[in-house]
Amino acid sequence: MTPFKMHRAKNLGEAAGLFKAAEEGRFLAGGQTLIPVLKQRLASPSDLVALSGVAGLAGIKVEPSRITVGAMTRHADVAASADVRRLIPALAELAGGIGDPHVRNRGTMGGSVANNDPAADYPAAVLGLGATVVTDRRRISADDYFQGLFTTALADGEIVTGLEFPVPERAGYVKMPHPASRYCLVAVMVAKGQTGVRVAVTGAGQAGVFRVPSMEAALAKSFSADAIVGLKVPSDNMMTDIHAGADYRAHLIGVLARRAVAKALA
Amino acid sequence: MPVITVSVNRATQTVDVPDNMLLSSLLRDVLRLTGTHIGCDTSQCGACTVHVDGRSVKSCTMLAVETDGLAVMTIEGLAEGDKLHPMQAAFRDHHGLQCGFCTPGMIMAAVALAEHNPAPTEAEVREGLEGNLCRCTGYQNIVEAIMSGARTMHGARS
Ligand SMILES: Cc1cc2nc3c(=O)[nH]c(=O)nc-3n(C[C@H](O)[C@H](O)[C@H](O)COP(=O)(O)OP(=O)(O)OC[C@H]3O[C@@H](n4cnc5c(N)ncnc54)[C@H](O)[C@@H]3O)c2cc1C
Ligand code: FES
Ligand code: FES
Repeated sequence: MTPFKMHRAKNLGEAAGLFKAAEEGRFLAGGQTLIPVLKQRLASPSDLVALSGVAGLAGIKVEPSRITVGAMTRHADVAASADVRRLIPALAELAGGIGDPHVRNRGTMGGSVANNDPAADYPAAVLGLGATVVTDRRRISADDYFQGLFTTALADGEIVTGLEFPVPERAGYVKMPHPASRYCLVAVMVAKGQTGVRVAVTGAGQAGVFRVPSMEAALAKSFSADAIVGLKVPSDNMMTDIHAGADYRAHLIGVLARRAVAKALA
Repeated sequence: MPVITVSVNRATQTVDVPDNMLLSSLLRDVLRLTGTHIGCDTSQCGACTVHVDGRSVKSCTMLAVETDGLAVMTIEGLAEGDKLHPMQAAFRDHHGLQCGFCTPGMIMAAVALAEHNPAPTEAEVREGLEGNLCRCTGYQNIVEAIMSGARTMHGARS
């Protein structure tokens, strides 16, 4: 790793200030993406601003119709939360399927959502459940937040503070994990509730997570796995790599979406 | 360099660490606790697994400064004198290792798993080992060792 100066902020204002004062700053959350990136020298920031000591960023708040997850909440804590398991079981299950136990003990929801890896799990939850990304400056709807490969609506130095999830009537998440890394080869979140019917796909798109309007329309008429049989997603904008081709990924979307609907109904 | 105070295997250490030092390096190079192994250094293999405040983490993927004020436990901290921790004994009894390179990480992962889940099923053990690679054993005996070690840890007959 190239040398950097390490700072541990105690509150949001301090974190934003340290970032601003740095030549090239980076926030550090769980480090499960950033530390490997630094080791590979894909980034060489002059300063890291750790968010682990910022008061009030970790934790899960429950209201009757929504759950707010603090940005520094670890994947393991989302997976284990009795409230999340009761109100949005698909979200708890998704969190429990990220990487491995050690990654889940460090990795955070805010870090994953800020990073917006095209094969990450949380983007499917945020877009599929119609969540709101809350930052130290504003509130951003999921539909406006994700803007392509590793790209989001976040401005330089903007800090994700939490994610607000409307509690759905029902939701289901199904993932085809890459057998070694556990990242998503393809995964689909299907939800029905306050924000209508939403189908979000991660792992497949060249531009990251996306919705499938044709499936959403069919499911809005009839929320059943049969309603989307035969609905094809074009393979034009799908990723191709040594693990899976674009056609296979497009095919998996249909299969996994039907399974996700069945799970939501179970 | 930041000065941190960290408990390592129940002993408080005050150390001056470079800003970019990894926890694995603090343990191995500074504190000379070389039981924590580095297999990949790319967050994949789990040979470097230790506990931070009771939770398993990959020490090659955490900065040493982030352990300020926390409690770290490594493989060296498990045994009480000559008496092996039940999970260590179970790995020996069930031949849960061959070359032994992955073993410290396997055992730290196993102890964390068993502390949270007193009677893990075989499927839960295999799922719990998702972050730990072994190039020798084929995992079968590791899984048996962990199921047995968990039972002993929680006081049942193994
Ligand atoms: C072996 C392994 C397997 C994995 N498997 C999966 C998987 O199956 N599915 C999956 O989804 N992910 C997987 N991950 C990634 C993991 O979930 C990461 O934890 C996550 O992507 C990043 O979260 P973090 O808290 O570790 O963030 P960090 O690595 O600390 O930060 C990531 C980026 O986000 C920025 N950032 C962090 N927090 C904030 C914030 N609050 N506001 C603004 N910017 C911020 C940082 O500056 C950095 O650029 C895996 C990782 C590893 C090492
Ligand atoms: S050395 Fe840390 S995961 Fe391999
Ligand atoms: S015993 Fe050799 S790597 Fe596991």
